[in-house]
Amino acid sequence: MSETPRTVLTDPLTNNNPIALQVLGVCSALAVTSNLVTALIMCLALTSVTALSNLSISMIRNQIPSSIRIIVQMTIIASLVILVDQILKAYAYSVSKQLSVFVGLIITNCIVMGRAEAFAMKNPPVMSLLDGIGNGLGYSLILIVVGVVRELFGSGKLLGYEIFPLVQDGGWYLSNGLLLLPPSAFFIIGLFIWALRAWKPEQVENPDYQIHQVHRTEVV
Amino acid sequence: MSSNDSTLRTVVVALAVCLVCSVFVSTAAVMLKPLQVSNKQLDKKQNILKVAGLFQEGRDIDEIFSKVEARVVNLETGEFVDDIDPTTYDMRKAAKDPELSVNISGEDDIASIRRKPKNVTVYFVKEGDSAGMMILPVNGYALWSTLYGFIALEADGQTVYGISFYEHAETPGLGGEIDNPKWKSLWKGKQAYNEQGEVALEVIKGIVTADTPNAEYKIDGLAGATLTSVGVSNLVKYWLGEQGFAPFLIKQRTAGI
Repeated sequence: MSETPRTVLTDPLTNNNPIALQVLGVCSALAVTSNLVTALIMCLALTSVTALSNLSISMIRNQIPSSIRIIVQMTIIASLVILVDQILKAYAYSVSKQLSVFVGLIITNCIVMGRAEAFAMKNPPVMSLLDGIGNGLGYSLILIVVGVVRELFGSGKLLGYEIFPLVQDGGWYLSNGLLLLPPSAFFIIGLFIWALRAWKPEQVENPDYQIHQVHRTEVV
Repeated sequence: MSSNDSTLRTVVVALAVCLVCSVFVSTAAVMLKPLQVSNKQLDKKQNILKVAGLFQEGRDIDEIFSKVEARVVNLETGEFVDDIDPTTYDMRKAAKDPELSVNISGEDDIASIRRKPKNVTVYFVKEGDSAGMMILPVNGYALWSTLYGFIALEADGQTVYGISFYEHAETPGLGGEIDNPKWKSLWKGKQAYNEQGEVALEVIKGIVTADTPNAEYKIDGLAGATLTSVGVSNLVKYWLGEQGFAPFLIKQRTAGI
């Protein structure tokens, strides 16, 4: 596997998507996607945290003693998340109110930690930065898809602008309330993974366990 | 890697990382504080204006806010307290100060707030169509967090004009729907007290239809957010009740006649 800056940046979008293939960071993908604005801000927040944490961890990767590497990574990630949270509170107050706890929960988002441990600890800073941005974008791709579907069919709007006039307001569209609830994101992500793996069959995992066929003649 | 693993090295790296990170975080916190505080205050004013139906997109909030008068009220007596300046009085700080607040005993504490300030800031609309409207601060615990908000009552102290929360940490999409304009619009025109003078206003489970008995006191519950809905019901019951604004509202009503 040759890693050029280009593949590092684009692989996480479809070939190695953090949500669809690695199945990380699903919690926040369920929580913040009921409308597109919060999903976009969350994408921005997560992408910048992943990029910057990858960059800074990679810069000091040769200094970090392996016995405390996880806690060092956590400290850096946590500081960056607090930074992002403070900036959102200062410059995008209403969105930060809607995102509430989920910005803070980026700390525990497995994508950030996973990329720090899997990539930034072993690669030079620029590549790590690109890897961070790429994975952030891969996460964003899913969030945006889910956010568009949920907001459009759940409330007939996109970014707050009316697309389908709702029945309640005299239009024709009866909104699907299920889409506003977190479980709907599970279905959408599931369908997305299905579509992706139909397109790229190499992503299909081998079954962990094959049920052994017992024949009647066999002595158990 | 092995040279990195000595105890001294570990301690030095750990300290250095902590130091650098804490400098970053504290610098950001200190530098962004003024902006955050002014955002919070603007947001609170905006909420007061919205709940009173005065808010207009694009107009300066401070300018519209000049139509609103803030006054400090003593909860127990229901009288105005004129020696406290409402612009500087912070009732949330007062609620933590044992001198300025009272403990709420377990049974009375339906809103689960434990302490309440002796004096609270009430806002009156001075001019325009909604003159005389009263905007009462409320708070109460729901599922994850204490909700802080306002209830606007019309000049009769009985008809609800609106409700709005400016601070909470309920689940976005579920309990967070207390910010949903559509849900908030359900409150308009509802009645706070029944004929016996008890607080009858509440959030029910499910949807209020025209044939729901006593529909004028009932608000649709939030789907998937039962505990938040119960929290809202409780805080309304508490703050409009005897322990809350009832003495003040009775005084206002008799003074109005």
